[in-house]
Amino acid sequence: MRNFYGVELDTPFMLGTAQYPSPQILTDAFTRSRASVATVSLRREASSDKAGQYFWQLIQNLNVKVLPNTAGCHSVKEAVTTAHMAREIFSTNWIKLEVIGEEDTLHPDVFALVEATRILIEDGFDVFPYTTEDLVVADRLVNLGCKVLMPWGAPIGSGMGLNNVFGLRALRAHFPDIAMVIDAGIGLPSQATQAMELGMDAILLNTAVAKAGDPAQMAEAFACAIYAGQLAEAACPMLPRDMASPSTPVLGKGFLE
Amino acid sequence: MSKNASTQNKVIVVGAGVAGLCVASELLDNGFITTVIDRQSKPGPKSCSWWAGGMLAPFCESESAEPSVLKFGQFAATWWQEKTGLVRQNGSLVIANNRDHADLQRFAKLTQNHVSLNQQQVSALEPDLDGRFVRGLYYQSEAHLSPRDALNKLRENLLIRGAKFLTQQVDPQELGKQHLVIDCRGIKAKSSTKGLRGVKGEMLILRCPDINLQRPIRLLHPRIPLYIVPRGNNVYMIGATMIESGARKYATARSVMELLSAAYAVSPSFGEAEILEIGVDSRPAFSDNLPKVRHQGNVITANGLYRHGFLLAPTLAKMVTQYLVDEVEPEWFESSLSN
Repeated sequence: MRNFYGVELDTPFMLGTAQYPSPQILTDAFTRSRASVATVSLRREASSDKAGQYFWQLIQNLNVKVLPNTAGCHSVKEAVTTAHMAREIFSTNWIKLEVIGEEDTLHPDVFALVEATRILIEDGFDVFPYTTEDLVVADRLVNLGCKVLMPWGAPIGSGMGLNNVFGLRALRAHFPDIAMVIDAGIGLPSQATQAMELGMDAILLNTAVAKAGDPAQMAEAFACAIYAGQLAEAACPMLPRDMASPSTPVLGKGFLE
Repeated sequence: MSKNASTQNKVIVVGAGVAGLCVASELLDNGFITTVIDRQSKPGPKSCSWWAGGMLAPFCESESAEPSVLKFGQFAATWWQEKTGLVRQNGSLVIANNRDHADLQRFAKLTQNHVSLNQQQVSALEPDLDGRFVRGLYYQSEAHLSPRDALNKLRENLLIRGAKFLTQQVDPQELGKQHLVIDCRGIKAKSSTKGLRGVKGEMLILRCPDINLQRPIRLLHPRIPLYIVPRGNNVYMIGATMIESGARKYATARSVMELLSAAYAVSPSFGEAEILEIGVDSRPAFSDNLPKVRHQGNVITANGLYRHGFLLAPTLAKMVTQYLVDEVEPEWFESSLSN
């Protein structure tokens, strides 16, 4: 079983902590999601003094593993600084590394991502790089020492699901030993199921739950869907075929020519 | 509360932000002899009410707020109109850029009491948007006011009706040893109010002679949601960020840039606006973002109005007063046992 820098997760569900209507609803959503990881983005100012303490306390109280992320960073330097700050605040080497290259699509800047990954791995971080499904970029990241890849399904917050199933399947096949998380673009539970059926090791999402009319209920829906996909993948699903294949016994009938 | 204090019919309200003034107003209406104590001599920038948007928009707010915000917020416009006469009943308009129409659909689905508008209808309501928005949602029953004017007017009326105002920094617990006290200090009461947190907000006040808007406008945007509230004389309040941080000293460059660029997206005329003020403060909130009334000894705490100060303070004030009159615990009451 693939793990995340030596950590086995109870459930393959990583849930973001932004955009909830209230801290209470955030907490309820986590309870019903049974997520085992919470991602947290930090704005710099929040770490400068005790101003952000309430929120950090809330996150700690969720009793799940914290994956800080560098959301909103646009340069190597910004991302590296944010990562160091996150390590200080949350006492973890885990960092979801996000370097945005284009404001409209929030497309990852993969060149800066590779560079920031190099620096952070040298600094002793366990890097979870937010990347595209590009094989060559993934290869660079793995060569630098990444044990986890986080390819997007679709642009952040778009809810479009898995935009390039072929690319993701190729990525999965190419790195059989690397833990892979679909990060971003998931809008519906069925899309999360599909990602798990592709053999992904976890799903990371935020908007689809936080912006639902009833975030806690949607969190549970995703928990069910992710579990369904996980079970299905482990059960070795049938493959599609061109011809019909009767599911009732054909005993007593002559075989077709 | 001790019978002694309540029979005297004398109450001290600590804090003269929107919560304190509304509570004082309801107390006076119910025959209490009321004193309001605040560290400022009149409404000013040290209270987060000073920086409020002043939208009385219960339907729009219900997109993300708990149901009781809608339930009680609907009384706000009438209350403020009765007490100050300053309410503008022009509805509110929600718009989004073409590529964010999914957000508009979502907003429509999660709220009630709106009509969908096409490009002509948006333009008819707000000609200065110049046809740039092809869809909108109109919440006709909503209203707005200018918070600073409303606070001043309310205070003025309280004085006329016999409330006493003192400028002093006091500790409600100390006062509570001898008086019946309503603690309405907002975020100032953080250290003594369990579960209270600050939610940072940043906002700008602009003067923009080139644009004349009639009602609050909300721009839906996946990263930078924005509202613009007209204050009259081509002055606009634009806001507001929502950051889970207790900081309240400085607005960040990023926040100001984002607010301005969102305003510019609503109308390029805002590019020529003069920046009159940059405001920052911290909204007092509990974990469910609903206000709470608590009672311990002689001190009743009314706090946690979050971003709904002007919308919910009238109801909070009624709840506190009703509780004093008949001791029935109101909906937002939280017994001290449950802490």
